[in-house]
Amino acid sequence: MDMNIVDKQRLVVIGNGMAGMRTVEEILARSPGKFQITVFGAEPQPNYDRIMLSPLLAGDKTFDQIVLNSRQWYQDQNIELIAGEHVDWIDRERKLVRGAAGTERPYDLLLLATGSNPFVLPLPGKDLEGVITFRSVADVDDMLKVAGPGKRAVVIGGGLLGLEAAHGLNLRGMEVSVIHLMPTLMERQLDASAAHLLERKLTARGMNIYTGANTEAFLGDERVRAVKLKDGTEIPTDLVVMAVGIRPNSGLGRAVGLACERGIVVDDAMRTSDPAIFAVGECVEHRGQTYGLVAPIWDMARALADNITATAETAFVPAATGTRLKVSGIEMFSAGEFMGDKTTEDVVLRDGARGIYKRLVLREDRLVGVVCFGDASDAPWYFDLLRQGEALGELRETVIFGPVAASADTADSVMSLPDSSEICGCNGIKKGTILAAIAQHGLATIDDVRTRTKASASCGSCTGLVEGLLKGALGSAYAPAAVKPMCKCTSLGHDEVRRRIVGGKLKTIEDAMQILEWTTPDGCGSCRPALNYYMICAWPGEYVDDAQSRFVNERMHANIQKDGTYSVVPRMWGGVTSSTELRAIADVVDKYKIPTVKITGGQRVDMLGVKKEDLRDVWRDLNAAGMVSGHAYGKALRTVKTCVGSEWCRFGVQDSTALGITLERMTWGSWHPHKVKLAVSGCPRNCAEATIKDFGVVATEAGWDLHIGGNGGIKVRATDFLCKVTTEQEVLEYCGAFLQLYREEGRYLERTAPYVERVGVPYIQQKMVEDAANRSALYQRFMYAQRFAQSDPWAEQSGPAADVRQYSPMAEMV
Amino acid sequence: MDGMARDVFFTDVGALNDIPRLGARTVTTAEGDIAIFRNNQDEIFALRDRCPHKAGPLSQGIVHGRSVTCPLHGWVISLETGQAMGADSGCTHRFSVKLEDGRILLGIGAKP
Repeated sequence: MDMNIVDKQRLVVIGNGMAGMRTVEEILARSPGKFQITVFGAEPQPNYDRIMLSPLLAGDKTFDQIVLNSRQWYQDQNIELIAGEHVDWIDRERKLVRGAAGTERPYDLLLLATGSNPFVLPLPGKDLEGVITFRSVADVDDMLKVAGPGKRAVVIGGGLLGLEAAHGLNLRGMEVSVIHLMPTLMERQLDASAAHLLERKLTARGMNIYTGANTEAFLGDERVRAVKLKDGTEIPTDLVVMAVGIRPNSGLGRAVGLACERGIVVDDAMRTSDPAIFAVGECVEHRGQTYGLVAPIWDMARALADNITATAETAFVPAATGTRLKVSGIEMFSAGEFMGDKTTEDVVLRDGARGIYKRLVLREDRLVGVVCFGDASDAPWYFDLLRQGEALGELRETVIFGPVAASADTADSVMSLPDSSEICGCNGIKKGTILAAIAQHGLATIDDVRTRTKASASCGSCTGLVEGLLKGALGSAYAPAAVKPMCKCTSLGHDEVRRRIVGGKLKTIEDAMQILEWTTPDGCGSCRPALNYYMICAWPGEYVDDAQSRFVNERMHANIQKDGTYSVVPRMWGGVTSSTELRAIADVVDKYKIPTVKITGGQRVDMLGVKKEDLRDVWRDLNAAGMVSGHAYGKALRTVKTCVGSEWCRFGVQDSTALGITLERMTWGSWHPHKVKLAVSGCPRNCAEATIKDFGVVATEAGWDLHIGGNGGIKVRATDFLCKVTTEQEVLEYCGAFLQLYREEGRYLERTAPYVERVGVPYIQQKMVEDAANRSALYQRFMYAQRFAQSDPWAEQSGPAADVRQYSPMAEMV
Repeated sequence: MDGMARDVFFTDVGALNDIPRLGARTVTTAEGDIAIFRNNQDEIFALRDRCPHKAGPLSQGIVHGRSVTCPLHGWVISLETGQAMGADSGCTHRFSVKLEDGRILLGIGAKP
């Protein structure tokens, strides 16, 4: 090394990482012989590409492949490298740097590139063996010592780094759990929709993802054996990797009195508060911002090199940065203001079947943010548009489709496929088969094709292709049936949405919106309750009810009144009550000063004017007297009205009260497209008004007459006669079967009356009177669903496990 | 939020996680309840808890995008402006609110 040239300025670099060495390279590119350079590095290795730690962990790369500057390079550039020695002091008076081993170097200009430290959660057990961070080659070595098939790992942090670590460990055969504090993964790079797709994809690879999870402690004696969450969950593990963020490593700068906030403060020229000292990379804070991604750090290096070599007075201006997740098989890109704000608008494209989601955020016709998931091939093009920041103009129309906007329409493109290509994957129907059926049988509508060929009759995702074939085959003669969309968030009708929920096994509202290409990010007040109901009906026991998609009454389990108070109606089985129940109701009315008590049309007692804050106490008291929710607030089974029947009435021919109670015990708690009321009359005089109920039962000498599809309301509709049965057991089976048919086919907010008119009584008779096997199957499905539905919401809501947030104000300011 | 923030006194009324996503909670004040909304993107909005139509409690409505559907008669109110959307017209008073380190800061009235 050429140490004797005295007229050169002496530049000392503290930090042999990416930021420091990139700056050195930029300096050498501008003024090759200007400085005599010394580099101190705390790590013993030469400078390596820290971004490539994930592929190193995953086994996709070797260490040699990720080295950026070999020892030979330092020699070739006449740079003195002091690797493995930590610098612990700078004497700013004498302009001298001193290492931990005592090595001293004088400087004219000093460059701090001390990087960042991984943030270690200050939790019990953080020092146990097997609890490590993910920042350096040494960390990767530690992980690989433990990694192996059958071993378990917990990664704390579902951000970019954490997920890359999880992916690497997963590839090494470990069973990986990811614990993330925020409700969605990678919230700094992804919006909720993309994060949801990501979570699904990672789960499909066998990872366990815990979002909204707060770590409490690491358990073990010497080695970690489990992670304990705040909710009490314990996750057994052999390894814990903390990837919860980084902190600028500004300790040295702070110790020697440089201006520091979170990081070492620099100006636009990357100069610290000492004019002889520059800083670059993750250790700096520029205009209140710290940086962890590589692109802006490269910009810093360029600006710094321009200034330190006096090439130009370049100011560092942080440019928009894009992020990609380096997990093979998962394409993801985000850049700019991907969350949007009040001044932006969104253009969203979803292709659920292909797992693709794109969101462009525009402000005043300019692209300011982008999220791509599933297909990031157009990301560079979007990123260019974003950085150029020019008005989109006509491009606005097609920008979401990428640089090559699709030109051919579906009919053209599907008609150009060979006859042997499969159109309907669910049923294995080929294009030729469909075209032949259309020609042979004169099919004219989607439903015709479904009935004849089964194409698009299952999950329905090929409906567009089948329509294309109809259009291609029939030309202008094809007149698609106009379907009323469910709401403004979709072009699909209720029936199509339900078919595809069941056929496509869509088990959450998010899945449905994603795969059915909802045009709004989270639906509206009209489709969310409908989807929630369709999920409940399709997936009993599996689907977790979404309280936020429930109308207020069903969320609060009480009826909202016009002044914002609530009414409470306990169930009275078959309209029969007792002195104990009435006494308990009277006590509740007094205790909570309930202003109005009224008898309802459904033979129950309504307590009106209950304050929201009192609801849980009211329920607890009513529960204590044996009463449960009457669901008077829900799209659910309401009442079973009865007359007194043969037990007391001189005209009664059957025990209508007992049957009413049995029916109510069987059906209570069931959710429906709309409210459902039942009644049982003990003789044809019909005092229980069974012929204006959704399902009415009227006793005769010979047995029971069953009626369906009646209601009171704005337009009174008397029931249609369904059939006669002889035994009570038959009444129960027919009732369950009819309710299930309505539950499965009724559109949300369509009562049985319009449902019966829509499908016709003969259709219902064919489904459940003539077809005994189908009746039994319907009844079985109803009873299966009831196993999960018959749980008193009042007991749940007044119990310890309830989410009680909605019952009280979050704060009082008086 | 932005333009209104000047001269407004902010009070910590709770944590972001005190409100369920796509939900709302109320803050009781001497002048009536204020509803604090949290949408799916974790944005926070504050409106007087009274629908401009018939004074329905907006905090009990269904939150979607940047709007809420009133539980009483289904009016859709913009959380950003407090204005009724679509064919309806009317406006609910809105308040400054901001999120700092997971805490919700509500701006009501001028600094004392």
